[in-house]
Amino acid sequence: MFYRENGQFKTSYVADQQIFTIAQDKWFVYGLIAFAALVVPMLADEYMFRAILIPFLVLSLAALGVNLLVGYCGQITLGAGAFMAIGAYAAYNFMVRIDGMPLILAMLLGGVAAAGFGILFGIPSLRVRGLYLAVATLAAQFLCDWAFLRIGWFTNYSSSGSVSVGTLEAFGWVINSPVEKYLFCLAFVVVFAIIGKNLTRAAIGRQWMAIRDMDVAAEVIGIRPMFAKLSAFAVSSFFVGVAGALWGFVHLGSWEPAAFSVDRSFQLLFMVIIGGMGSIMGSFFGAAFIVILPIFLNQFLPFLGNLVGVSISTAGVSHAEIIIFGSLIIFFLIVEPHGLARLWSIAKQKLRLWPFPH
Amino acid sequence: MKFRTLALAAAIASVGLSSAVFPSAAQAQAQEQFFPVLVYRTGAYAANGNPWANGYVDYLKLVNAQGGVNGVKLSYEECEFGYATDRGVECYERLKGKGATVIQPLSTGVTFALTDKAPVDKIPLITAGYGRSESQDGSVFTWNYPLLGSYWVGADVAVQHIGKLMGGLDKLKGKKIALVYHDSPFGKEPIPLLEERAKMHGFDLQLLPVAHPGVEQKATWLQIRRERPDYVLLWGWGVMNSTAIKEAQATGFSRDKMLGIWWAGAEPDVKDVGDGAKGYSALALQHGAEPDSKVVKDMLAMVHDKGQGTGPKDEVGSVLYMRGLISAMLGVEGVRQAQERFGKGKVVTGEQMRWGLENLNLDQAKLDGMGFAGVMRPIQTSCTDHMGSSWVRVHTWDGAKWAFSSDWYQADDKVLRPMVLDAASKYAAEKGIQRRTAEQCKE
Repeated sequence: MFYRENGQFKTSYVADQQIFTIAQDKWFVYGLIAFAALVVPMLADEYMFRAILIPFLVLSLAALGVNLLVGYCGQITLGAGAFMAIGAYAAYNFMVRIDGMPLILAMLLGGVAAAGFGILFGIPSLRVRGLYLAVATLAAQFLCDWAFLRIGWFTNYSSSGSVSVGTLEAFGWVINSPVEKYLFCLAFVVVFAIIGKNLTRAAIGRQWMAIRDMDVAAEVIGIRPMFAKLSAFAVSSFFVGVAGALWGFVHLGSWEPAAFSVDRSFQLLFMVIIGGMGSIMGSFFGAAFIVILPIFLNQFLPFLGNLVGVSISTAGVSHAEIIIFGSLIIFFLIVEPHGLARLWSIAKQKLRLWPFPH
Repeated sequence: MKFRTLALAAAIASVGLSSAVFPSAAQAQAQEQFFPVLVYRTGAYAANGNPWANGYVDYLKLVNAQGGVNGVKLSYEECEFGYATDRGVECYERLKGKGATVIQPLSTGVTFALTDKAPVDKIPLITAGYGRSESQDGSVFTWNYPLLGSYWVGADVAVQHIGKLMGGLDKLKGKKIALVYHDSPFGKEPIPLLEERAKMHGFDLQLLPVAHPGVEQKATWLQIRRERPDYVLLWGWGVMNSTAIKEAQATGFSRDKMLGIWWAGAEPDVKDVGDGAKGYSALALQHGAEPDSKVVKDMLAMVHDKGQGTGPKDEVGSVLYMRGLISAMLGVEGVRQAQERFGKGKVVTGEQMRWGLENLNLDQAKLDGMGFAGVMRPIQTSCTDHMGSSWVRVHTWDGAKWAFSSDWYQADDKVLRPMVLDAASKYAAEKGIQRRTAEQCKE
C-alpha cells in the first residue's frame, strides 16, 4: 500500500540512474543514516557502542570489502583476516614512523598497503579458480600471521608483540568517547558503502559480475580478466584494510596478531555467505548476524532461564550459544541459500503487493 | 514458508534489540560490592580456567558467609569469554555497566586491551601473576596491579633456580636454555628479561614458539632433540602444558631438566601424563597446592559442606583453585583497605578501590588471621611498586601431587628495576603520560 512506485515517473537519464530509483527506498536509507547518526547516539549506552555497534560497523565494512571480491567477482578468498592485519599494522607503522601523520590518511594508506598485497595475492586467481584459489589466499593468511609475529620491525620491536595506539585525532577532533568513536566509524562505513555501491553499478562492477558469471564469455566480449580480477582484489583489500585499521585503532586500541587470525577470515566469509553474496545490504545483515547474535544469545539465555526458574551455568550458556548459533546458520542456509539480503528483497516484493496479493 | 521465516527473523531481531537496550534484570544492587568475574569454562583453556574461576567465586562466597567486608556483602556475575580477547573486552564492557570496581581478566591479551581503558573508566586492573611486567611501575601504570609477581619475576627466578642447580650462576656460561612459549603476549613477556640475563651470564637462549592452542609441538621437540639444550623453560597455558610434557617424554628429554612458569604448574597440566610427568618442576607463585591450609578448611566447612560450592569438592585446595582464591582475596582486601580510609561498611568506588590496592599491606598477622599461614608471604604495595612482593618457590610433581622442592627465591631488583623503569618510560612517552610525582602519589 505504501511501498509502491506508482506515479513516480523518471523524466531524465539522471533520475533513471539513481542508486535508489524508488522514492520510498531512498527515504528509508536517508532515514536510516539519520537515525544512526542522530538518534542512536542519544539512545545507546556505552556498552552498546563499545561492545556491539562499533564492532558491527567495522566488521560490516570488512564484509563489504569481502563481498566485492567474493560476491561480485566470484573469487573466493580466505585471506581477509590477513588484509585486515596488513591494514592495521601498516596504519600503525605510518603513525609511529612518520611524525605528524594524520589519522585518516594513515588509515587510508593502510588500506593502500593492503590493496598492494591484495594484488600480489590475487595473481594466482589468474590461473586457479574456486577452492584452489581459496587455498592460495589462505597462504596470505599464514604469511601475515607469521610476519607480524616474527618480524619485530612491524610491531616497532614491542617485546610482547602487542602494539597499541595513542590518542586518536582527526582535523583537531579528539576521538575519545564511545559516541565519537561510533560516529567516526559510521562516517567511514557510510562513505565506503556509497563508494562500494557505485563501483558495483559502474563499468568496473559489471566487469566483475561478468567474470563471476562466466569468465570465458566475459573474455569473448572484451573484458580483460587480469584487470577485472586484480582490480577486484585491490578494491576489496583496500576496503578490508581500512576496516582492519579501524578495528585496531578504534575498536581494540591495542592488539596482537591473534586479533586477525584465520578465524577472522572465516568469519568474514561466513558473513558474506549468510548475509547474501553480491549484495551491499547483505554485508550488513551478515555482520549483524555474526557479531550480534552470539552476544545476544549469551545474555538472553540466562534471562530466559530465570524466567522459567532455571539457572544455567556459565559454561552451559556458552555451549548453548554455540549450538543455537550453528543451528541458525544451517536453518538460514536451507530456507534461503541466497542469504539474508534475499529475504529482504522478498519482503520488499511482498510489500509492493500488500495488502492485495492478486 | 518464506513468510514464516521472515516473521521469525523479525521476532528475533526485535527481541535482540529490546534486550540489548534495556539492561538485564541481574543488575547489581547498590548496597553490594560488585565483582565482575571473567572466566573461561569452555574452549581450549577450560581445564585450567575452571579451577581458577571456582576458587575465585568460592572465595567471594566465603567472605559473604563470614559476614562480608565490614558488613558489605559481595555480589558477582560471571561472563564467559573463552580466552578470546575480543569477547573478553565485550564481557568487560558488559560487566562494567553493572558497577564493577575492579577487574581480573586472567588473560594477558585482555590485560593489554584493558590497560588503556582502565584509566578512562576508573576501574583498577588486578593481574595477579600475569599481565604486563612493566606495569609494576605504578607511577606510570596508575591502574594496573600485577600483584604477587610478573613474568619478569618468573623469568628471573627461573634463571636463578637453574643457576643454583648447576652450582652457581657463573656455571651458566656457554650453557643452552630453551624457552618453549605460547606464541602470544603471554609467552613473549619473559623474553626481554631472559635476553638480559643471557647477556649477563653468557648462556645461549633459544626461543621456540608454539602456536595457539599448543597441541602441535612435534617440530618444536624435534628441534630440542637436535639442539640438546641444558634446560627447557616452559611458558605454556592450558592443553599446551600437558602436550609439552608428553612430547618431552616421547623425545626422551628429561623432565628433571624442565621448569615451567606458574601457569604451567598445576594439576590439569600433569594429571593425564601421570608418571611421565614425574620430576617435572614449575615455579609456584608463592603458593602451591594447599589442601591443609586453614582457608581451605574454612572453605570446605562454610561453603562446600553447605552445598554452596561452585565446583567439585575435591578440587578445593588445588593449585589453580588457590590461585583464583588468592586473586579474589587480593581484590577483597583492596576493598577492605579502601574502607579503612573512605568509611567502613560502605560500598567503595573504582577510584577508592584503586587507593586501597595501592596502599595494600597484608602482614603476616593479617594473613594468618585470614587462614593464609604458610600459603603466602606478606605483601605491601606502594605508588612506585604495584607488585608488592616478588617471592617465588619451585614445586615438583612427584607423580601424585605437587611438593615444594626449593627454598624461597626473590627476583633480583638490580636486574628487574631498570628494565621496568625503561619499559614504563617508553610506554609513558608513547601514550603521553606524565609520571606521577611523590605528591600526586599521596592523593
